[in-house]
Amino acid sequence: MANFYTDNKDLQFTLKNLDLAEAVGLREKNYSEAEKFDHAPKNYADALDNYQRILAVIGEICGDNIDPRSRTVDEEGPHFENNTVTYHPLTQKNLNDLKQADVMGVMLPHQYGGLNCPVTIYTMMTEMVSRADASLQNLFGLQDIAETISEFGSDEQKAQFLPRFATGEVDGSMDLTEPDSGSDLQSVRLKAWQDPKTGQWYLNGMKRFITNGCAKVHLVLARSEEGTSDGRGLSMFIAEACPQLVVRRIEHKLGIHGVATAELQYNDVPALLCGQRRRGLTRYVMSLMNGARVAISAQALGIAEASFREARKYASEREQFKRSIDQFPAVYDMLTRMKMKVLAARALLYETTRAVDLRSGYNHLMETLSEKELTQEIRDKAKYYNRVAGVLTPMSKALSTETANEVSYDAIQIHGGTGYMKDFNVERYYRDARITNIYEGTTQLQIVAAIGGVITRANEERIKEFMALPYDGKLLRLKDKISEMHKLQLDAIKYITEKKDSAYYDLQAHNLVTMETYIFVGLLMLRDALKDNSREVLAERYILDSVSDFKKCYMEVVGGDVSTIDNHRVIIDF
Amino acid sequence: MSYTVIVFVKQVPDTQNITGEAMKPDGTVNRSALPAIFNPEDLNALELALQLKDRYGAKVVVGTMGPPNAAEVLRSSLYRGADECVLLTDRSFAGADTLATSYALSCCASKIGKFDLILCGRQAIDGDTAQVGPQLAEKLKIPQICYIEEVIKLDKKKIVAKRAIEGGYEILESPLPALLTVIDSNVPRPQAARKIMKYKNARTRSELAKDHANANYTDAEQLAVEEEVLKQKGLLIYEWSADDVGADKGRTGLAGSPTKVKNIMSVVLTATDTKKIEPSEEGIKNLVHELIDDHTLG
Repeated sequence: MANFYTDNKDLQFTLKNLDLAEAVGLREKNYSEAEKFDHAPKNYADALDNYQRILAVIGEICGDNIDPRSRTVDEEGPHFENNTVTYHPLTQKNLNDLKQADVMGVMLPHQYGGLNCPVTIYTMMTEMVSRADASLQNLFGLQDIAETISEFGSDEQKAQFLPRFATGEVDGSMDLTEPDSGSDLQSVRLKAWQDPKTGQWYLNGMKRFITNGCAKVHLVLARSEEGTSDGRGLSMFIAEACPQLVVRRIEHKLGIHGVATAELQYNDVPALLCGQRRRGLTRYVMSLMNGARVAISAQALGIAEASFREARKYASEREQFKRSIDQFPAVYDMLTRMKMKVLAARALLYETTRAVDLRSGYNHLMETLSEKELTQEIRDKAKYYNRVAGVLTPMSKALSTETANEVSYDAIQIHGGTGYMKDFNVERYYRDARITNIYEGTTQLQIVAAIGGVITRANEERIKEFMALPYDGKLLRLKDKISEMHKLQLDAIKYITEKKDSAYYDLQAHNLVTMETYIFVGLLMLRDALKDNSREVLAERYILDSVSDFKKCYMEVVGGDVSTIDNHRVIIDF
Repeated sequence: MSYTVIVFVKQVPDTQNITGEAMKPDGTVNRSALPAIFNPEDLNALELALQLKDRYGAKVVVGTMGPPNAAEVLRSSLYRGADECVLLTDRSFAGADTLATSYALSCCASKIGKFDLILCGRQAIDGDTAQVGPQLAEKLKIPQICYIEEVIKLDKKKIVAKRAIEGGYEILESPLPALLTVIDSNVPRPQAARKIMKYKNARTRSELAKDHANANYTDAEQLAVEEEVLKQKGLLIYEWSADDVGADKGRTGLAGSPTKVKNIMSVVLTATDTKKIEPSEEGIKNLVHELIDDHTLG
């Protein structure tokens, strides 16, 4: 009898206090959807009540059904024979439970049989699913594919595919990576050609490391413009599983064993062009990847939560020197830091999803309203949230996924030799976590994606908003510490901008993004402490812990040391 | 919708997850200290009904007898896929034993009208009698098969079902209509998100009236209009009293219950000592003698 929603008071606090009213209002078209669909919410309170109820159901499925099956799924994994992938019977049961709970089209509009929930709610589900079985998230978390068709596909494509996604009849995969195109997707080679007579598109080539490559519906990035070699020659296609689309093999991986990662061969696979030609990478895949990055942040957070809980439980039960080991400072210090990391990652993730929800709400208005109806306010907000979501998404992914690695690492440490054994869950969490800071863009690439927004101060407005909240006493003193960091951050940015050295800029980008994260999350912690004073100790611990790390980053940036740039070759080759 | 399947369910105190003071000093169950839940095997019965709906097409009607707040288990049934719900509630039903309960339920079933199957959970976790299902079948004069694991076949005239017996199973055939009691041999489906979003607004008449009272408004006619609106939307939970189902009040509730609880003891196991028995012929022999002496054996 476990419920991963009701047993997680931080998650419940987040839903209750994260103000989604504006985003939900936009999504439900000012609640006019309620007139057409009898399950659509009538107002924000009604919507919030729906979300709580649904999350409690998913929390129960995760705790009671999925979690107990996860070890067997990890040990046995999917079966591959004759170019056919068969998921583990327990994975199939998991998917069936989620299908029956009607959460295969969480974000899809009501009219296509979806729940029209904001990405924030979907992300909370993916966090819980990942806490139960990280590999299942790779299947459940593919709803961004349907979401991409919903956003960019034609009306016929939406009608053709979305209802099938919503019922769980079809699943999806996003086929981007190729043997020679990983981080550098501009170099994708899989060829799309069009029959001049019929106008039918066909796909030819290879894709590699495709999560759930055995899916029924594929979103494929392909080169539609012959003679091009960059991102502007790529378009996005929808292809359905067929004999010409061959699953050549599935990979043997360190973790996320429950899901098949496939190598695919396209032999003139018939396909539909999705959206406009040449915008495949620049517009659609970027959007798809941003959605997927949020999902992976949640996957990582779920693993971190699971790891922390196992560590905490073990440390309270394990006795050495006649005491439970969580009474030793070295151990409780680790547990405290682990918990703070989990809380920090969650605070940033849901602040991010809130911005993503507002972005999609205003973007939707931009696309559907006439020129006349588009007020300056809507235009400004669309621009603003594009910018904010653009910087928070990679910041959150970097933080969550590195956190998952650190916390699962420490969870093994707390278990000692026992944790190294397959008998306990923590070794699985450690293996599962390892992919999160690699796929959907490595942490290094998240830094590249975030640094522009950090330099141009995309978060500045929100930071000022949080700084102006009515703190007093301890919280005021903590806020002053953040103000100090904020000054140093602006100083470091000034330094790096004036230096005009692109190699140095790239080298220090991670420090600047880390510093931004400390400031931003510190303020989120303060904001939350104002709403619930039992969280004051959390804000205090987070901010005091970040001071010295922050200063180290700052000193590295303004230190101006270029010896790595000058000597790295010599050192590497020594 | 070729079949009509009635499922009778019960809201029970959660005796499996006891927190706090579960028993009152007089030895009766302290219901207020225990969360009210859907009786587990009734969920299995509902699941079986929903599987029949998936397989053969059926209208699933869920009924319960209980206080007004038992409507919660009915909403929970709607979240899983039930089509209609009936709350049987009346002060005169209170204090019923299995005889009075099965009588009230039989009146309810008759009022529902034509049905092909009635499914009940084998037993409720608060009373553990397993009598209500069989007694209900007797009162309705229909055949019954108890301890059902699964339905093998259903057609217009008969049902073939598999039931658990000690050390194995039996496959039985029965004409319709029939009553089955179901054991925990299936996994009840989860509540479905969209159904939750819709049916959380399902109301009984008294819940509707209560909403009105809160709004400082009591107009019977207006209430009837709103009841009709809910009915049109499929959101009305039928609420029937003893009179509605034509029950003889002498046979319901405490008045209709010959069972009298003479005494209840709260048994607290206080074993403290352990005793080691040597794993030898001698040790076993001594143990057997000891058990015969204190009448545990023989």
